[in-house]
Amino acid sequence: MALIIKGETGEWEVVIGMEVHAQIIANTKLFSNAKAEFGAAPNEQVSFVDAAMPGMLPVLNYKCVEQAVRTGLGLNAQINELSVFERKNYFYPDLPQGYQISQFEHPIVGKGVIEIDLPDGTVKEIGITRLHMEQDAGKSIHDQHPTKSYVDLNRSGCALMEIVSEPDIRGPEEAVAYLSKLRMIMRYLETCDGNMDEGSMRADVNISVRKVGGPLGTRAEIKNVNSLKAVTQAIHYEAERQIDILEEGGEVVQETRLWDPEKQETRSMRSKEEAHDYRYFPDPDLLPVQLQSKWVTEIKETLPELPDQKKHRFMNEYGLSLYDSSVLIAERKRAEYFETVAETGGDAKLSANWVINELLGALNKDGQDLEAAKVSAKQLGGLIALIKDDTISGKIAKDVFAEMYASGKNAADIVEEKGLKQVTDTGAIEVIIDKVIAANPDNLAKYKGGKEQLFGFFVGQVMKETGGKANPGIVNQILKKKLNS
Amino acid sequence: MNIADLTLEETSTKLKNKEISSIEVTEEYLGRMETYRGLNAYITETPELAMEQAKKADTNIANGKAGKLEGIPLAIKDLFCTKNVKTTAASKILGNFIPPYESTVSQKLLDAGAVMLGKTNLDEFAMGSANTTSGFGNVISPWKKNDGSNQDLTPGGSSGGSAAAVAAKLCLGATGTDTGGSIRQPASFCGIVGIKPTYGRCSRWGVVAFASSLDQAGIFAENVKDTAILLEASSGFDPKDSTSADIPVPDFAAAMNGDIRGMKIGIPKEYRVDNMPEEIEKLWQQGIDWLKSAGAEIVDVSLPHTKYALPTYYIIAPAEASSNLARYDGVRYGLRTEQDALLDMYETSRAAGFGDEVKRRIMVGTYVLSAGYYDAYYIKAQQVRRLIRQDFIDAFKKCDVLLTPATPSAAFAIGENEDDPIKMYLNDVFTVSLNLAGLPGMSVPAGLDANGLPLGLQIIGKAWDEETLFKVGGVIEQAAGFTSKAYK
Repeated sequence: MALIIKGETGEWEVVIGMEVHAQIIANTKLFSNAKAEFGAAPNEQVSFVDAAMPGMLPVLNYKCVEQAVRTGLGLNAQINELSVFERKNYFYPDLPQGYQISQFEHPIVGKGVIEIDLPDGTVKEIGITRLHMEQDAGKSIHDQHPTKSYVDLNRSGCALMEIVSEPDIRGPEEAVAYLSKLRMIMRYLETCDGNMDEGSMRADVNISVRKVGGPLGTRAEIKNVNSLKAVTQAIHYEAERQIDILEEGGEVVQETRLWDPEKQETRSMRSKEEAHDYRYFPDPDLLPVQLQSKWVTEIKETLPELPDQKKHRFMNEYGLSLYDSSVLIAERKRAEYFETVAETGGDAKLSANWVINELLGALNKDGQDLEAAKVSAKQLGGLIALIKDDTISGKIAKDVFAEMYASGKNAADIVEEKGLKQVTDTGAIEVIIDKVIAANPDNLAKYKGGKEQLFGFFVGQVMKETGGKANPGIVNQILKKKLNS
Repeated sequence: MNIADLTLEETSTKLKNKEISSIEVTEEYLGRMETYRGLNAYITETPELAMEQAKKADTNIANGKAGKLEGIPLAIKDLFCTKNVKTTAASKILGNFIPPYESTVSQKLLDAGAVMLGKTNLDEFAMGSANTTSGFGNVISPWKKNDGSNQDLTPGGSSGGSAAAVAAKLCLGATGTDTGGSIRQPASFCGIVGIKPTYGRCSRWGVVAFASSLDQAGIFAENVKDTAILLEASSGFDPKDSTSADIPVPDFAAAMNGDIRGMKIGIPKEYRVDNMPEEIEKLWQQGIDWLKSAGAEIVDVSLPHTKYALPTYYIIAPAEASSNLARYDGVRYGLRTEQDALLDMYETSRAAGFGDEVKRRIMVGTYVLSAGYYDAYYIKAQQVRRLIRQDFIDAFKKCDVLLTPATPSAAFAIGENEDDPIKMYLNDVFTVSLNLAGLPGMSVPAGLDANGLPLGLQIIGKAWDEETLFKVGGVIEQAAGFTSKAYK
């Protein structure tokens, strides 16, 4: 689903690479034992190391290394047994050390690849260039005082993974699909919560344009793209801007630009010439990170089934459609919920329909997520089982579900209490059918006279008499026999 | 008996035998510090704290709970952070900095029962070889030439305050740090013993960083055994320092059994530098003869990359320093000059806070790490560093320990060598290689020059083999019979 923009001089293609910063889920920071939780009061989670007090030294948190390796494995990427932390030197008040400890020449994770699912039902592969670990900076706050700026160091030193993609993305839809898949994988792995609102996942977007199939153009790096909506808007804006420049005979400048969500535009932050010289060099306070291949194998063995594997399995094992599978695997808990429903209910396709259309539909309407549902997976499976063994009809099941959804009661209990059990006793149904036929001699005559659409009328009457509980198949069968006799 | 005439070991024995009290000892040293305040050896004196600790030491001794250093008065180089006691690194940028934490090394000494007398002067951020770059005035050596000139001499640097304080008996021992010779050169100039242990032996946690891959804490004391006692107390693995080594700490003093028969002493030919004063040459030969007559075997060895050590050091050390000193930006602690704009605040704070030598090294370091120069300078220097390390590995295949002079001259006058930074840097010619290789080295006083000034010999050991340094150091000490004292 590449975005093609028609310009004055022909068709343009957008080429995109992404740099995603993902905050690692860990109790403490990358190099200190300060807590790494979101939402504490300013400067409450700051150790002497995070504040860069004189003589303080970083000590690597190996939980973060494990998380980075897990993520790398989830991206089907090369895990580098040797990686090196380097210092990226620049001055800013929210960077207490005057350098950020990052990885540069020797990242912990090398090349990988993930599949993205596009809205038209197709699948595309996006290459991963690398993943490296680094410290986050603190936060500068400029809007609390007319002349002063404040600094909050709670985030200073928190562990980040920077995940760099190949320039394989061709438009906003692919960009959004890429970010969604990355988020999904990390949430499955429990290495990053992927929460863009809280800043635990942030994206820089590298954009260039070229004539379809032509040589690569000069790119601009767009920062501050902090939601999926912003990604879409920024790509559209920036692509148009570059095309306008090129069509007017100008040249795109390699630079860093900032997305302004208020004004809906990107504007120049610094040009290539003004770019910082970060003076990277290996951090002498830290030893190179050396991973035992045995340890990496052990981590690999603990990986959960990943979204794409699950999706393929749902399609093969349960015969679900690509769409249904994609919806069900979007969250690990959702997929697990579905599988429990399918197992309890004994019908995967039916279970998929009920989970997606009834349960997720209702939750969505109420603005709730799966965790909030009163109906457990086993309970929903119980309802499916009742449909499957003809205890209740699909129509009755919807009413039962509505009550389960509201009260959290078991389906069987509701059916029992309200006497909703389907009538499958042919003798009893026959009695009712006879009664209905006897009560409607006119319609019987018309039916016999050839007005066969009146069959539905008789079915309706029988259902009405039985409070909807009569098994529709049996009703059809007996009714047809009686009317045609 | 004069308390100040006692060695650390003797003082310790008398304290434990309750012949003297820690209060008496501490008062004696505090008195001497007052008398010799003109040497400017201390930046901060902590008499109240010292008396408090002395009192506690006496109680511990009385209760039979004496630590290994119970009641021993020590000085701490003002590069070690000390809890609630001002720590300046001899820089105006940290002029009023009071750390809320104690460095691992000073904590270990306190835990062993030591009494802290104060924080000693140094070159600013340990950058210098004469203790003249201090933001709080230079240190004057307690030594004078015997020509009656009464000229003020340098104690060496950067740990000049610690060396002068030990030599003038203003403490019984002191901590130092050695990045390129900052313990061994002042020890040699002041006629005392100084050891820089193997990189990773003492924790760097809480020591204000100069060049992290070279910085190593160490000890000054009057004699080899006292040095061994103090080093043992300062050493050991620290999980808070990722470069600290998890290796057991031996009883260093116990290694001093005087038996070096059959030991192979390597003499590196490259240390015979041009224009080396004859006296140094003679002293070196004297040292060789002493060890030979004690039963050691002398072996000629080669350290072919020695001549590249100084230039290599003066790329790597400033590179790391330029980054380590970036945190002194006026934002969170230390000196700040108020300005309306951020960049102005950075520039004026750092301009006002740092002295010339520190600025010079920050600029050199920033330059060698810059895009376009990084490969030619920093990477090349790291490659040469590896060759220098390999030189030592090869040399130690043929010998157990190396013997060299500690410095290319005796102490010089204050103000000398200040016209040209390179001349000053040459002071480290015999010492920097060890820092690049991470090896232990010790300077032991071995004689006096024609002016009556002390000269030291340097013993270089294999990594983690400080025991052999103490063993050989003890033999040289005994053979030299170095009894000249700077203090009265």
